Amino acid sequence: MNERARIVENATCTFCGCVCDDITLTVENNRITRAENACSLGKAWFAEHTIEERPYALIDGREASTDEAVEVAAQLLVNARFPVIYGLSDTTCEAQREAVAIADLIGANIDTTTSVCHGPSGIAFQGVGESTATLGEIKNRADLVIYWGGNPAESHPRHFTRYTIIPKGMFVPNGRKDRTVVLVDVRRTPSARAADIFIQVKPGKDFEVLWALRALVKGHPVDPAIEEETGVSLATLQDLVERMKSCRFGVLFFGMGLTMTRGRHFNSGALLALATDLNEYTHFVAKPVRGHGNVTGADNVLSWQTGFPFAVNFSRGYPRFNPGEFTTVDLLARGEADAALIIAADPAANFPRPAIEHLRKIPVIVLDPKPTLTADLARVVFTTATYGINTGGTVYRMDDVPITLRPAFPSPYPSDKEVLRAIKERVRSLVALESIPQPVPHLLNTGTMPGAAS
Amino acid sequence: MGEKMLLIAGRSTKQGVNLNIGKHSEAYRNITTTLEMNAEDMERLGLRDGDLVRLRTAVGEAVVRCKKRKPADLPSGVLFLPYGPASSQLMDGDTAGTGMPLSKSFEVEVEPVVR
Ligand code: SF4
Repeated sequence: MNERARIVENATCTFCGCVCDDITLTVENNRITRAENACSLGKAWFAEHTIEERPYALIDGREASTDEAVEVAAQLLVNARFPVIYGLSDTTCEAQREAVAIADLIGANIDTTTSVCHGPSGIAFQGVGESTATLGEIKNRADLVIYWGGNPAESHPRHFTRYTIIPKGMFVPNGRKDRTVVLVDVRRTPSARAADIFIQVKPGKDFEVLWALRALVKGHPVDPAIEEETGVSLATLQDLVERMKSCRFGVLFFGMGLTMTRGRHFNSGALLALATDLNEYTHFVAKPVRGHGNVTGADNVLSWQTGFPFAVNFSRGYPRFNPGEFTTVDLLARGEADAALIIAADPAANFPRPAIEHLRKIPVIVLDPKPTLTADLARVVFTTATYGINTGGTVYRMDDVPITLRPAFPSPYPSDKEVLRAIKERVRSLVALESIPQPVPHLLNTGTMPGAAS
Repeated sequence: MGEKMLLIAGRSTKQGVNLNIGKHSEAYRNITTTLEMNAEDMERLGLRDGDLVRLRTAVGEAVVRCKKRKPADLPSGVLFLPYGPASSQLMDGDTAGTGMPLSKSFEVEVEPVVR
């Protein structure tokens, strides 16, 4: 069947947390042949998500129907004593909700890729708070833009051009010319080209630099020996503090250079506290730069359904939150989980080796539009439709703004939401069967009831 | 005996593009096993672009191909490797109670692979 080229206006790219919703797609024969406005990552995202000839599902490597796989998946989950549900950052909020419902039904642990990206920032938010803004506000107001421990030129290519540096805004009418851009990192990345000032910190010394900045903002003296310790001179820090205090609207964007290094949530917390301190002098906000298309949605859905953003455990019948205990890397590396449901994530490609080794030992269920390294070791694999390209739904941009997806063409494969809902329904009936009250002998025989008055 | 250096695992545009193409592709494997190293460090270790080095931690090891970077861009003693199966081999599962393994700036031992 030959279809004429069709245009989809205002489509949304869900490859990264920028969630650009201004893409014009050209669709020919169920294939995206052009993605206007998308960056190189977005173009690859749209071009490579075609309908491939793949089985609907695999059970122990054998081809199966989605229904058969749902049955096996539900059985595995219900029979597990410590199942973990993980991933969820590359699927819709509607699918995320179903996953939380499954966790609730079977008393599972539920965690998202947040735990290995901005999880430490999530911990810091709870301790320090967040001075926040939407990217729209930043675009229209920010005259000082600082990126700390991130390389958006390579990870979020349109962050600069669409939201933060280049665009002209209501209070920054000349766009780039009205803004000062600072990059702080341990290596000079391609993002340095976009910055007016590049500050190179010694690896692992971000906390020290942030704390020194806090001291300077508050007018406390800082020893010039800070340069030896951190690689950044006192004069550089003083200049930055001057700029931060005198700008009209400043923003600190921070990436995984802070959360994945020694100090983790202390680093994020120090940066958030610095932004809060600066509000004594001017308007200052801080935002984490989020990686996956709907990782922010995962935080939101888990928060509104369980009260916590990630690392949530239902084993006692109510949600408990404890990073380090209920985060997936720990549960796997300690060998505690005995089954895993992985949705739209590939831990076998990026988790630490001890965690991957445990994944190989337990039954794993995977939902993904593409073959992944985790699918290679899984017992049950579902091929699902790609969110944003084949399915509608809601995703949250990295600044917590919800965006509705406009699918480009249909997929023969079910969506994550459909598969998860089917698993949920089957799990519900299995759990109901298990929980039919069994007669308890001593309650029937009142004469020998322990503790009964005699 | 190898030399101790700090490894930063992270994203790059090429790695991101190839995520879409597929993780079973040759290109993805090449990208995630190409290690960026300070040019002067490479010279000191007698390494040239494309030479193999073995990285080792208490947890595991990986053999990757090195590529030089200007000292101004990548300081001496610091290495960069795009996320992937090779960086996973080296990461410890202990998260110090945070859920987050140390994925950036952790110590590795670097040793040229003699062919
Ligand atoms: S910046 Fe991110 S969301 Fe925008 S087009 Fe590029 S990959 Fe897609």
